[in-house]
Order: sequence, then C-alpha cells, then structure tokens
Amino acid sequence: MSSPIGIDDEAAVVAQARLGDEKAFTELLRRYEGKIFRLALHITQNREDAEDVLQEAFLKAYEHLDQFQGQSKFYTWIVRIAVNQALMKLRKRKSDRSVSLDDTIDTGEDKVAREIAAWDENPEQQYSREEINEILGGAIDGLTPIYRAVFVLRDVDGLSTEEAAEALDLSVPAVKSRLLRARLQLRDKLTRYFKRKGDDTFAYL
Amino acid sequence: MTPLLTCKQFLDELSDYLDEKTDEALRNKLEQHINDCPNCWVICDTTKKTIQIYKGMDPYPIPPEIHTRLMTALEHKMARKP
Repeated sequence: MSSPIGIDDEAAVVAQARLGDEKAFTELLRRYEGKIFRLALHITQNREDAEDVLQEAFLKAYEHLDQFQGQSKFYTWIVRIAVNQALMKLRKRKSDRSVSLDDTIDTGEDKVAREIAAWDENPEQQYSREEINEILGGAIDGLTPIYRAVFVLRDVDGLSTEEAAEALDLSVPAVKSRLLRARLQLRDKLTRYFKRKGDDTFAYL
Repeated sequence: MTPLLTCKQFLDELSDYLDEKTDEALRNKLEQHINDCPNCWVICDTTKKTIQIYKGMDPYPIPPEIHTRLMTALEHKMARKP
C-alpha cells in the first residue's frame, strides 16, 4: 500500500489521526503548515514568533485532537489555535497595550479613500513576481493585526465568512466589517503602485 | 422612483456586492450608483482587482529548516505519548 490514507478526504485523514495514526497527523501537518506559517507571519510580523506559533499550534492540536469535534474543518480549528497563540505573542511584546481581534473600530472615517485613480488593465505585469510579492506582503503588513488576520483568511486562504468568524471567534457581522475595511485599505495602498500612468488623483466627494 | 444611494451607503455594501452576496434589488441600486458616480466606479473596480491579485498570490513555501524543526518537535511529542 503506497499511501495509508485517501489523499483528498480530509475527514478520513482526521478520523485516522484521532485513532492515533501518526502518519495521518503528519499528513495534516504537511497540508497546512505553509498556510499556518504564513498566517502567523502576517499576524506577528516576526519570523521567530511565527515559527513558535507554528510549533505551538501543531503540538497543541496533536495533544488535544480528541477535543476536535469534527463539525468544522480541521483547518478552521487549527487556525483558531494558531491565531490565539499569535495574539498572545503580540500581547507579550506590547504588554502595555492589549491586542484583541474584537477591538472596537471607528465608524467609517477610515473607509474614506485617499487615492482614487484607475489602474492599468494588468498592473501586476509591470512588476516581477518577487516585486509583486513584496508589494502585496508589504501592503498587508501595513494593516492592523485584526484586519491582517481577517483579510488573509477570507481573501488569500479562501475561507468563507462563516469559517473565518469561527476561526477568529468573531461574529459574522464583525468579520464582514473588518474585511470591508481591510479590502479598502489595501486597495488604497496598492493604488500607489498600480495606478494608470498620467492619471491624476481627483478629490473624493 | 427608488431613493439614490449615497457614496457611504455604496461603500458599506461594497464587500457583499463584490462577493455577490446582495439581493437583486440592492444590486440594481448599487449598479445604478456606480454608473452615476465615477469615484465609486473606480473604487469598486480597483477593490475587485485588489482581491483578484491577492487570490493569485503564491502560497508561502515553508522554509525547509522550519519544517524540519517542526517535525522534530512533533516526533518528540509523539514519542512521549503513551
């Protein structure tokens, strides 16, 4: 037998792992370590912290696998563990200021766009792949941790609003309002790079 | 005649509109607003492109040494589990 588990059936892999199959757990780790590391990097903005978060999340998941209910996806569950670990790191670093994904946010001033200019049809083609990754990553890193986490889960990892809400322990409306602000702020940042040459920014009404 | 949306009302609904989560009546109102408001058209179009660009972003390859350290830590943990 070449593979102990059906590769595409996550529920079966999780069930095997819960029965104590170490290979099945290792398979889950291989599937998600890259995404969890990227998420941890975006939240903590520190490679060492992100590596700690990655380890703590998978070791905790392994230890508490019997508590995973199986109603949600394994990925949503481990994201939730990783986000909690990452926020703890942030709190430790900024001990004078609490960090929460549920911070109150102001009511709309930050939604006013500063840069309004049309983009080139395929703006990303003006840059190399490395440059694009740097621009995109830099723009995300300019957001607050709350917005970074919501945006990465929804628009980069492709979780649904409901899954992101579960992973982040937020309400669905809270995820939606953070996602909207994150998208608008990123749009604003990217406009500096991608706007059509010669277009003047015109004032927002 | 349905009342026109303000720019702020348009922006409030932009995420749902781009995710195609609005009902038809609201979608019509939003589309009417973009047709009449060049600024909101630009914001809508560039926000849509923002999401598309990030969707195509490369998955972050995990550095091999970090994968190795993670596996080592996990194997230690597995060995200790009865």
